[in-house]
Amino acid sequence: MTILTLDVTTLIVLCLVLPLISAVLIAALGRWPNLRDGMMVVMATILCGVVCKLVPLIDAGARPELNLVNILPGDHYMPLGFKVEPLGMLFALVASCLYILTAVYAVGYMRGHHEKNQTRFFVCFALAIFAAIGVAFARNVMTLFVFYEVLTLSTYPLVTHHGTDAARRSGRVYLGILLTTSVSMLLLAMIWTYFLAGTLEFTPGGILTGHVDGLMLMVLLGLYAFGTGKAALMPFHRWLPAAMVAPTPVSALLHAVAVVKAGVFTILKVGVYVFGIDLLAGTGASVWLMYVAGFTLICASLVALSKDNLKERLAYSTISQLAYIVLGMALANPDGVLGGALHIATHAVGKITLFFCAGAIYVQLHKTQVSELDGMGRRMPWTFAAFTIASISIIGLPPMGGAWSKWFLALGAADAHQYPLLAALMISSLLNIAYLLPIPMRAFFAKPKPDGRHDHDDHGHAHVHDGLSEGWAMTIPLCITALGCIAMFYFADPLYHMLQPIAAHTQTVVAPITAAAHP
Amino acid sequence: MNQLLYHLPVLQVVIPLLAAPACVVIRQRHLVWLWATVVTWACLAMSIGLLMRVYPTGGAITYEIGGWVAPWGIVYHVDALTALVLVIVTGVGAVVMLYARQSVNDEIPAERHHLFYAAFLLCMTGLLGITVTGDAFNVFVFLEISSLSSYVLIALGRGRRALTASFRYLVMGTIGGTFILIGIGLMYMQTGTLNMADLAARLPAVNDTRTIRAAFAFFTVGVSVKLALFPLHVWLPNAYTYAPSVITSFVAATATKVSVYVLVRFTFIIFGAEFAFTDMKLDVVLLALAIAAMFIGSLVAIYQTNVKRLLAYSSLAQIGYMVLGISLTNVNGLTGSIVHLFNHAMMKGGLFMVMGCVMLRIGSVHLRDMAGLGKRMPWTMAAFVVGGLNLIGVPLTSGFVSKWYLVLGALDRGWWPIAVLILLSSLLAVVYVWRVIEVVYFRDPPEDAPTERCEAPLMMLVMTWLLLGASIVFGVWAQIPAGVSKAAAQMLLGVTP
Repeated sequence: MTILTLDVTTLIVLCLVLPLISAVLIAALGRWPNLRDGMMVVMATILCGVVCKLVPLIDAGARPELNLVNILPGDHYMPLGFKVEPLGMLFALVASCLYILTAVYAVGYMRGHHEKNQTRFFVCFALAIFAAIGVAFARNVMTLFVFYEVLTLSTYPLVTHHGTDAARRSGRVYLGILLTTSVSMLLLAMIWTYFLAGTLEFTPGGILTGHVDGLMLMVLLGLYAFGTGKAALMPFHRWLPAAMVAPTPVSALLHAVAVVKAGVFTILKVGVYVFGIDLLAGTGASVWLMYVAGFTLICASLVALSKDNLKERLAYSTISQLAYIVLGMALANPDGVLGGALHIATHAVGKITLFFCAGAIYVQLHKTQVSELDGMGRRMPWTFAAFTIASISIIGLPPMGGAWSKWFLALGAADAHQYPLLAALMISSLLNIAYLLPIPMRAFFAKPKPDGRHDHDDHGHAHVHDGLSEGWAMTIPLCITALGCIAMFYFADPLYHMLQPIAAHTQTVVAPITAAAHP
Repeated sequence: MNQLLYHLPVLQVVIPLLAAPACVVIRQRHLVWLWATVVTWACLAMSIGLLMRVYPTGGAITYEIGGWVAPWGIVYHVDALTALVLVIVTGVGAVVMLYARQSVNDEIPAERHHLFYAAFLLCMTGLLGITVTGDAFNVFVFLEISSLSSYVLIALGRGRRALTASFRYLVMGTIGGTFILIGIGLMYMQTGTLNMADLAARLPAVNDTRTIRAAFAFFTVGVSVKLALFPLHVWLPNAYTYAPSVITSFVAATATKVSVYVLVRFTFIIFGAEFAFTDMKLDVVLLALAIAAMFIGSLVAIYQTNVKRLLAYSSLAQIGYMVLGISLTNVNGLTGSIVHLFNHAMMKGGLFMVMGCVMLRIGSVHLRDMAGLGKRMPWTMAAFVVGGLNLIGVPLTSGFVSKWYLVLGALDRGWWPIAVLILLSSLLAVVYVWRVIEVVYFRDPPEDAPTERCEAPLMMLVMTWLLLGASIVFGVWAQIPAGVSKAAAQMLLGVTP
């Protein structure tokens, strides 16, 4: 394998270029769907392989970088560039691994559902992965912001894929909220940070220490927290349920993994590398944010309870789970941050499974409402088994991966002596049980409604096209991710070990590096 | 060769000036086009040569016409700011000329082509002259040359409304020009000189006279008409909407920019920043009007259904940004303002060229006729998207670089709310750009509409992409435009780098 001998810069370049090449090839091969889809899966696998090659290096303490271009002249040092550190590594790893499964799943879904414009769909998909990797590896806020916007724009055609009026209206909400928040608040926060610190580089220990305090620090934090609309912190969460009109693979990868995780990743990264958790913990500037996050996670869970549409329920569940991660950052202690970071991975695996299941149910049974699922467990046992496993992971019970991240978050809340938030976490877990577990329970134990049988006769069997049974193309990925939920409980140690350095710097106060950033 | 280089400042103006009457002599329409194209590209080469002489090293050039020493003779003055504006004017002119052939063939009667190109070259001469001259009266003379020729060019537009648009521009432009003349006259009355450097030296002594205050007021109002600062902008929307596509691209990209340049040069260098901003409080006035322009221009743009008019109102808002930067009176703000001259010329020139392509192919620039055009003219419409992203100021486009400096400038002054307003107004740009994009890409054309591909001619497409591509290149790699602008801002404020 030649890849073994590639140097680390090449690896970073490959991570970014592979999805782009993939997008071009998908567009070029649009006329031959089998070739196109096969190529997409192969490229996704190669991408994942390359990302995995970076992991041992990061584990060993390396922080490889790659600078493209310095945008502004002279004293405004503003490179567009990349630097891989544990948090970004984790995000890239999650996104690229789940991309393979989603690619396989999407082929099954799009064909099973006879969607139009499949080529455009897959091209935008690849572009979104490109943007996600860019966000993960960004070396400064500027680069991150660029890819953040690319992600927004490249996913718009995916949200409006059906081209109906409803899709277009949702697309407008999607774009409206994400662009408005990012341009009016995140951009302002970014320029303000530059104004204060003279740099935008992500630096262990933060860059703002000594440059701002008191109320202004809180305002700045607020601009970042709400400006990152993708984190779906209330009251800027409406775009996420709106985006559910998209085909389910989009909801799965983008609105459970790439897009929303890019949001919370941004918040975590800014908290750790721009503010520095010492600064936040020392000044208490993030206490208000803890309570906003706490409010969001309870509220969104309550709304989820009231939703009968399966995808909408999952969307509100996502909003709630994202607030966990924001909470982890706001707690501003090692356990909180580690828990938040771990939750990026565990929630991603769990939630993508749930969305995969929702999509499979929709394609096979044409059901979108929870109340229609009575007795369906016998018809799709694998799917509902996977749903159960993933639900337990989201709830945070052992032996599923979700247990670890909630454990650390709870520890962090206790560490910060924020007992009301500890209570909120526990209450939210109960609410999770209340809105997730009834779904598989109804499917397995409730009696099917009479019209369900009729429906089965019409559509119950998987259509077979092009020699590929899309039933299995959907079922296998969701089984794998369900197994992933379990694996993350037993093998969480490597992840924990890799992430450790992001919390390690909290004990040593690092001097602001205004001057050091200029080469 | 050295001799030739030495005379560059004056050649920059003289060559297009002499080339214009030659157009009338040549007459044959293809040859005239070729001639005008060669001349504009030669002008571009000269202005780039001038820029390289003054930036990054070299300092300002003062050229005495006919060897007559200032303050008796007329001098031409070239510094980083001048050279940048020269590059803007000639660069857009050169690109527009290559673009022009098909569009002009389509929109202008064949028997008037030679007159069109002659007027075009005269207009460019005027703009270059205003920029390069070091003599206050010369500014007025060249201003009239460029204005008169642009009235003619706008009146050449299809349809009778071009005539009223041109007439309105003529009335407003003449009022503006007269105000400028009165201002210059009053200054001459008080100081007895017209040389800019000399004026700058003598004005402080007589600053507190009512004459100079009146001169300042007349001059500023006159220039504000020419640069279409809200609420003196009423000539602009119709002029841009009904002029021939080529002229809209050229005038929108250059004429207002040159006027902004005149405002900057007179306030900072001739009247002096202290008089203009501390005594006369011009910054407060400009700030209020700039904010109003940014918001009202964008809001009105949102409700337009003619895309050329939409872009015209967007220009109004963008001029607001440039004036805002001036009102901040610090290095970052002024850098933002100057770099936006350059960036906006590229993006708006390119966008109007897109509309020229649309006009050529479907004969309308009305939103309702553009439904589904994304499939019929994919490359042209992709160019519109690029230009739109620039207007919004998305990172990695040149519009972002301008906003970056403007917001920093506002923060430097501690004007927080202004920083927020700048960003909020870009949200309005999102709305009006998105309206077009949605119609073009996501709305199905009516049943009976043609659906076949009708991409613009290659040359027009290439030139459109050249400008808009440059706006991306200079957004990712803003070293040169931002560097020149910063040097110019430091020169204007008398700050040593």
